[in-house]
Amino acid sequence: MEAREIVFDFLGRYDVLGAFWTTVQLALLSAVGSLIWGTLLAAMRVGPVPLMRGFATAYVNIVRNIPLTVIILFSSLGLYQTLRVTLGAGDKVDTANFRLAVLGLIVYTAAFVCEAIRSGINTVPVGQAEAARAIGLSFTQVLRLVVLPQAFRAAVGPLANVLIALTKNTTVAAAIGVGEAALLMKEMVENEAQLLAISAVIAFGFCCLTLPTGLLLGWLGKKVAVRR
Amino acid sequence: MTELSVAKEDVAATDELVVLKSVNKHFGALHVLQDIDLTIARGEVVVVIGPSGSGKSTLCRTINRLETIDSGTITIDGKPLPAEGRELARLRADVGMVFQSFNLFAHKTVLENVMLGQVKVRRTDRKQAEEKARALLDRVGVGTQADKYPAQLSGGQQQRVAIARALAMGPKVMLFDEPTSALDPEMINEVLEVMQQLAREGMTMIVVTHEMGFARSAANRVVFMADGRIVEQAAPDQFFSNPRSDRAKDFLSKILHH
Ligand SMILES: Nc1ncnc2c1ncn2[C@@H]1O[C@H](COP(=O)(O)OP(=O)(O)O)[C@@H](O)[C@H]1O
Ligand SMILES: [Mg+2]
Repeated sequence: MEAREIVFDFLGRYDVLGAFWTTVQLALLSAVGSLIWGTLLAAMRVGPVPLMRGFATAYVNIVRNIPLTVIILFSSLGLYQTLRVTLGAGDKVDTANFRLAVLGLIVYTAAFVCEAIRSGINTVPVGQAEAARAIGLSFTQVLRLVVLPQAFRAAVGPLANVLIALTKNTTVAAAIGVGEAALLMKEMVENEAQLLAISAVIAFGFCCLTLPTGLLLGWLGKKVAVRR
Repeated sequence: MTELSVAKEDVAATDELVVLKSVNKHFGALHVLQDIDLTIARGEVVVVIGPSGSGKSTLCRTINRLETIDSGTITIDGKPLPAEGRELARLRADVGMVFQSFNLFAHKTVLENVMLGQVKVRRTDRKQAEEKARALLDRVGVGTQADKYPAQLSGGQQQRVAIARALAMGPKVMLFDEPTSALDPEMINEVLEVMQQLAREGMTMIVVTHEMGFARSAANRVVFMADGRIVEQAAPDQFFSNPRSDRAKDFLSKILHH
């Protein structure tokens, strides 16, 4: 047997791909959810309604300053165990935990998405919105057709950072027993001796997810950049 | 002067398009528009002139309610300016605006810039909107640039596209806020020519500009503003050769000595 095989042969006993697939699902669902919710928050923050502006500002400032672990634990202990919120999962504990983890990640990441988009909005000169209002577009049309498309383009870079952080943050879901990569790592560390190899495999797995994300979005950001 | 005002009232009685009555506006402690009374008849071209900071831009912007007013009334074609919402949006579509800094939508092509309002506000179908957009772009002399992005055009070309974008809405009146002030000297005329042609075709225009050539050749009336007030109004020749107020004399001596 070659050395490589001795070092990595424990892998055969674990479903590494399955665990990373869960990580990918967590990341993708949370990404879609937090992009939508974060965009709505950003729209509220720049909008004309004081109540909405106040709500979005308070939301971002509070959520940003709570550790993610606390939010995820709250979804499990507070929502699930105390209030019996199962998000339609019924008695299936694993499904419920997965959905609650996605919810927690969305709630948390949306605050950062909101700030990334707001930074994008700040790169759009006020004249763009004024010209849009001047041809008779409504407030939502001004946002949807003129300001946000330009803001998103400028926000691709900051959003890439948010998405990479989100991918890594999915590991916090292990705290409520979601069977993703970090939970698998914990299990392997408890049962196997090759600690370095285990860490290397998990780290490699995350790089496989985050590096392409960063490169792709970096390329996209340059491609769609608005010339002024 | 009496002749002028008699003639104006004749027109005004039948066809007042833009009417401002005792309009006041503050920016904090600054009383930026003070008891403005101004009536613009259909087809009239009015040039607004005055020192920097006198409230010319603010006046323009209140007419399509990019700025709110504190008191007074503004009516467009007999209808008072609505406060908010759909009706306001519809009214804005009837009032074309051309900005000093062009403000073309940077993420859309020239053609899309001229189509957007037609499709999204006027609900014209895309094919018709494109035809109209291309015709307007030809008319302002940038037809060949239709598929480029604004940043690829010269300032003069961008401003002509901005005029086409406003015209695409079929406005009743056009507002121009120093449309040539951000342009290199060699591009000023191409924009003024388009504006002159519009004036000849009978478009109602309110133009903030210091271009005296344009004022003399295209304007029916010059309105002189200083410190938030309309200080003097007269026919262009009369105003430039024989201003009555000291403020106007002082101002003209400064811009003429440049
Ligand atoms: N949004 C604003 N907030 C506060 N002050 C303003 C604002 N816009 C303009 N002003 C002030 O109002 C005055 C008139 O401005 P403006 O209408 O732009 O004058 P003009 O176009 O004649 O140069 C200036 O003193 C300017 O500083
Ligand atoms: Mg001005």
